[in-house]
Amino acid sequence: MTTVSARVKPAAGIRRPSHVIADSLTMLHRNLLHMVRYPGLSVFTIVGPVVILLLFVFVFGGTLGAGLPGVNATGGRAAYLAYVVPGILLITIAGTAGGTATTVSMDMTTGVTARFRTMAISRAAVLAGHVLGNAIQALIAVALVLGVGLLIGFRPTASPLEWMAAAGLLALVAYAISWLGVAMGMQAKSVETASNLPLILTLLPLLGSGFVPTESMPAGLAWFALYQPFTPFIETIRGLLLGTPLGTNPVFALGWCVVIAFLGYSWSRVIYERKSVR
Amino acid sequence: MHTPAIDVHGLRKCYGDQIVLDNVDLTVHAGTVTALLGPNGAGKTTTVHILSTLLRPDGGTAFVNGCDVMRDQAGVRAQIGLTGQFSAVDSLLTGEENLRLMARLRHLGSKRSKARVVELLDQFDLVDAARKPLATYSGGMQRRLDLAMTLVQAPSVIFLDEPTAGLDPRSRRTLWDIVRGLVAEGATVLLTTQYLDEADQLADRIAVLDGGRIVAEGTPNELKRLVPGGHLRLRFADAAALDTAARLLDECTRDAVDLALTVPSDGGIGALRSVLDRLDTAHIEVADLSTHTPDLDDVFLALTGTKTPAGPVDAKGMTS
Repeated sequence: MTTVSARVKPAAGIRRPSHVIADSLTMLHRNLLHMVRYPGLSVFTIVGPVVILLLFVFVFGGTLGAGLPGVNATGGRAAYLAYVVPGILLITIAGTAGGTATTVSMDMTTGVTARFRTMAISRAAVLAGHVLGNAIQALIAVALVLGVGLLIGFRPTASPLEWMAAAGLLALVAYAISWLGVAMGMQAKSVETASNLPLILTLLPLLGSGFVPTESMPAGLAWFALYQPFTPFIETIRGLLLGTPLGTNPVFALGWCVVIAFLGYSWSRVIYERKSVR
Repeated sequence: MHTPAIDVHGLRKCYGDQIVLDNVDLTVHAGTVTALLGPNGAGKTTTVHILSTLLRPDGGTAFVNGCDVMRDQAGVRAQIGLTGQFSAVDSLLTGEENLRLMARLRHLGSKRSKARVVELLDQFDLVDAARKPLATYSGGMQRRLDLAMTLVQAPSVIFLDEPTAGLDPRSRRTLWDIVRGLVAEGATVLLTTQYLDEADQLADRIAVLDGGRIVAEGTPNELKRLVPGGHLRLRFADAAALDTAARLLDECTRDAVDLALTVPSDGGIGALRSVLDRLDTAHIEVADLSTHTPDLDDVFLALTGTKTPAGPVDAKGMTS
């Protein structure tokens, strides 16, 4: 018996690595198909941030903008629009994590994930399909929300190089946050929990420099705002698009992306083996 | 090939202090069907999950076509197909897309994929529904699609975990025919079921699992010989007829309230005719007659001495 298994093993072992990329693309294709077939979830990830954008610019914008340092009372709304767009873009990315968590959780509860596990597909491919699918969805959403911003008068001063850097960082953040969404979806015991868990992420831009300068917050909150990942994300995007001082923010932003992606990846890998049996 | 398709020795699995599998031994030879028969919580699904690399056992060894399920998961996964008791289909895609997804993940290549998908849709009677979303599929159709997805690459060992649970009799029969076809093509099948008649219909051998232990193993006929549960139930119009009949027939049990007699029987026509002949000769009118064939309850009564199976039923989702 053992001699037979020794003969079968190498053949099966060699075939596997070459398929990781092909399998990831197959899984990505599946996730994109979901998106096209059921646009409801995608539409929601765009409509939500757009509503927040319009609300903050047209309802609160006049007053909030007047409170920004160095802005006179008449230019309040336009100044606030410029100030708030980077934060809105990151809220958009954070919001898509809810969609990922929901689809991942649905796969877990219906046994689809278990089926993939009994097949000779690497677990990285199954998870990567979700992550890449969500990252693409997040970037599409970001582009559309930015489009609405431009329509209502957002005027970035970025050079082509700065645009590319901003796009690159947004893609990286989307990728990192997607890993977190995947892990949350696997961790959740039900689809309902899975769709709510990532809501915490959408609060973070509000508790950072997204909507008001951190200096205007009470000491404890200002400290939290300064050291949470979304503040360097927002400050870097703001610096790239509008020319505000960047400081060390890009370094922290990249560092946080790596940390978040690594956490989400390790977390979901551990649960993938443990939890995909119902 | 002398390597058994499935070879299990001393398999153990616990969840906390609850023992789900307790020293299970099982050998399934290539090209045969073995049924794991048992009630909810007996450890059937756990066994199948271990063999299909979804769960790690706490002790013992398990080989599928010579591949160790713990050390060579890739080797096992390349040869098996699993269809669980809950349809693991992507409900956001159409039937055809589900099959194509499986074909791509099995790396069949685009030409062979296309041909195989067409073939399976036809074989499983899903051609008309191929392009429709799964929301419009009935339970039987979903189960057929599920099985078709498992068979995209013609696995040599197929695990069917309660394949007919929740299906109507016709869908059940269709599925049985499919399983017979698979075996005719040379596949090895391990199927779990709660129904003795299903095991009887499909299996070459039956292993009865109860409370995590194999309590009996053999061919369906060997197993049925162990089970004396078959009987005839005769009802009479009045107490006088009942008394006369009771004196006439051996080994019968009297039920005075229902005016009925229970007579042990092997379920054959000969035995039935002899009972009726004797009553006829004595001019006793039978008001009602029913035959009772052995069921799972009888198997357990015969094998374990308890009417209710000993398996824990509340193993938080890990049942059966």
